Amino acid sequence: MGKTLAEKVWDEHVVRSAAGEPDLLFIDLHLIHEVTSPQAFDGLRLAGRSVRRPDLTLATEDHNVPTVDWDKPIADPVSATQVETLRKNAAEFGVRLHPLGDVEQGIVHVVGPQLGLTQPGMTIVCGDSHTSTHGAFGAIAFGIGTSEVEHVLATQTLPQAKPKTMAVTVNGSLPAGVTAKDLVLTLITHTGTGGGQGYIVEYRGQAIEELSMEGRMTVCNMSIEWGAKAGLIAPDQTTFDYIEGKPEAPKGADWDAAVAHWQTLVTDADATFDKEIVLDASTMTPFVTWGTNPGQGAPLGGVVPTPSDFEDEQDRIAAEKALEYMGLEAGTPLREVKVDTVFVGSCTNGRIEDLRLAADIIKGHKVAEGTRLLVVPGSVRVRMQAMEEGLDQVFIEAGAEWRGAGCSMCLGMNPDQLAPQERSASTSNRNFEGRQGKGGRTHLVSIPVAAATAVRGTLSSPADLEA
Amino acid sequence: MDKFTTHTGVAAPLKRSNVDTDQIIPAVYLKRVTRNGFEDGLFSAWRSDPEFVLNKPEYASASVLVAGPDFGTGSSREHAVWALQNYGFKVVISSRFADIFRGNSGKAGLLAAQVDEKVVQKIWDHLDDHPGATVTVDLESRTVRAGEGPDAIEDSFDIDDYTRWRLLEGLDDIGITLGHADAIAAFEDQRPSWKPVTIH
Repeated sequence: MGKTLAEKVWDEHVVRSAAGEPDLLFIDLHLIHEVTSPQAFDGLRLAGRSVRRPDLTLATEDHNVPTVDWDKPIADPVSATQVETLRKNAAEFGVRLHPLGDVEQGIVHVVGPQLGLTQPGMTIVCGDSHTSTHGAFGAIAFGIGTSEVEHVLATQTLPQAKPKTMAVTVNGSLPAGVTAKDLVLTLITHTGTGGGQGYIVEYRGQAIEELSMEGRMTVCNMSIEWGAKAGLIAPDQTTFDYIEGKPEAPKGADWDAAVAHWQTLVTDADATFDKEIVLDASTMTPFVTWGTNPGQGAPLGGVVPTPSDFEDEQDRIAAEKALEYMGLEAGTPLREVKVDTVFVGSCTNGRIEDLRLAADIIKGHKVAEGTRLLVVPGSVRVRMQAMEEGLDQVFIEAGAEWRGAGCSMCLGMNPDQLAPQERSASTSNRNFEGRQGKGGRTHLVSIPVAAATAVRGTLSSPADLEA
Repeated sequence: MDKFTTHTGVAAPLKRSNVDTDQIIPAVYLKRVTRNGFEDGLFSAWRSDPEFVLNKPEYASASVLVAGPDFGTGSSREHAVWALQNYGFKVVISSRFADIFRGNSGKAGLLAAQVDEKVVQKIWDHLDDHPGATVTVDLESRTVRAGEGPDAIEDSFDIDDYTRWRLLEGLDDIGITLGHADAIAAFEDQRPSWKPVTIH
């Protein structure tokens, strides 16, 4: 019987398999950042162990770093210590590091692909749940905890029980103005936050094939938000074209050998999935969240739901708590929800295509009175590319804040935070209570909705700007 | 890691679903470079409410947390497990755990006991009637027990065999894997040369 894409990649990485034990998987690329690695390096030191494969390891600074004054010492002493600890550890253990100020610094999930290190058929891990992003290239990529970071550093492997496989087939084409973000938010509201639990998910179908690599990364990025172990997409010409010429991409005869192998990385016609979800892209519309988990979403054209409409008791209680926290009245049209801050950025939507789309919508408009727009490129390279194209001027002329690269307000670990009860429209991935700052209220949105919302000051789509 | 066989302790009901790791410990508390001291950030937003369950005197010494479904969703931060442990929790009982949280628990020695949703409700009801009551979690027999007499609760919980064995034996994963160093080296020898490296 044939194999699914996920099974092929998995089987190619099994170092050891024994009954009653998880498979021991080889890890092709281990990405590291400052927050989830210090205790792992400490563990190595205590046990007198070294990093087995520094040449398969890459570190950068992203979670903690400021997006203003990044050329000055980090003001928060605790953040500064954590960043300094990564620098010491990278030097001591021989790990390549792109620190703040380096041209290759940025969000770890933006840096890997843009360096060409993320390639089809790989196993990629990082102490960050949005590692699933790299699945867009046909890699098995997933987030791990710090004990596992230490395990990979010491052994370049991970014991992993083989997950089940699921297909998410998205037929038809996305309508104009509806993006990969709307697609994945629609999916998560359909499945709930636990719907993907225990599965590696393959996204496929016409709408997925038609996405750019940036769009595919947005979809795979949010796999974890519905609980999936990982999400991946079969590599195709779009993938190969994106990788070719990147600094760490194979070259010459190596390129030909790599592509020949990558072309085999598709689900066989006679392979079976443990589960399949089928969606129709052609009926999708701009989609936003109203609650405090990514599964609490609705079409932008809809209203804040009424908790008593939920059949499941847990869903009803969760909706009640969410509306209270979010300060929303049931039945309010979502387009009437006033927003204080718009955040454009993150590993979900902080790549060059995202900034181009945002600038295209904002051009010729001003950010609404009483609303602030933060634009945070996913990496220094993205920032430089945007400046070369004049996108920074579009944002600045509209009244936006044009920042340096990093995770920023996605998780509010640096000074970019919401104040209590401040409301954001955010292109990031999590609307959890307090995620963007204690008491902050987050609506997850696409790039077009973020841009239009910045101009109108209420949740909006670009179509509203023409009215 | 210490061996885990059985634990009896005061159980605290956390009657919420989707308790994500940002609730367990917000990002601003993740800046330490040690594995201890994270108890100050545990459920920090909720603990500012005097009515929050952990602020009630009968749950002051709680070591078993009984939570709603989809516990530990979101971020991969193992700090969430450490914060629970640093605070004094040995066990979390829920009807569904997020994968990464469950994995991190197994590595760090916190027992994530998955039970049927009805069992969570029975324990919650029991704790409503007997605030401050204890729950016993027996890893050897994979059972949770609470109460006495005709109303006593005894039910099984799920945990994968491998994690159970490691917890019972208190084994270090890295040590086990390094026992297979030859297999890793053999695998490395046959990797294609075009696979990317970060250092040339």
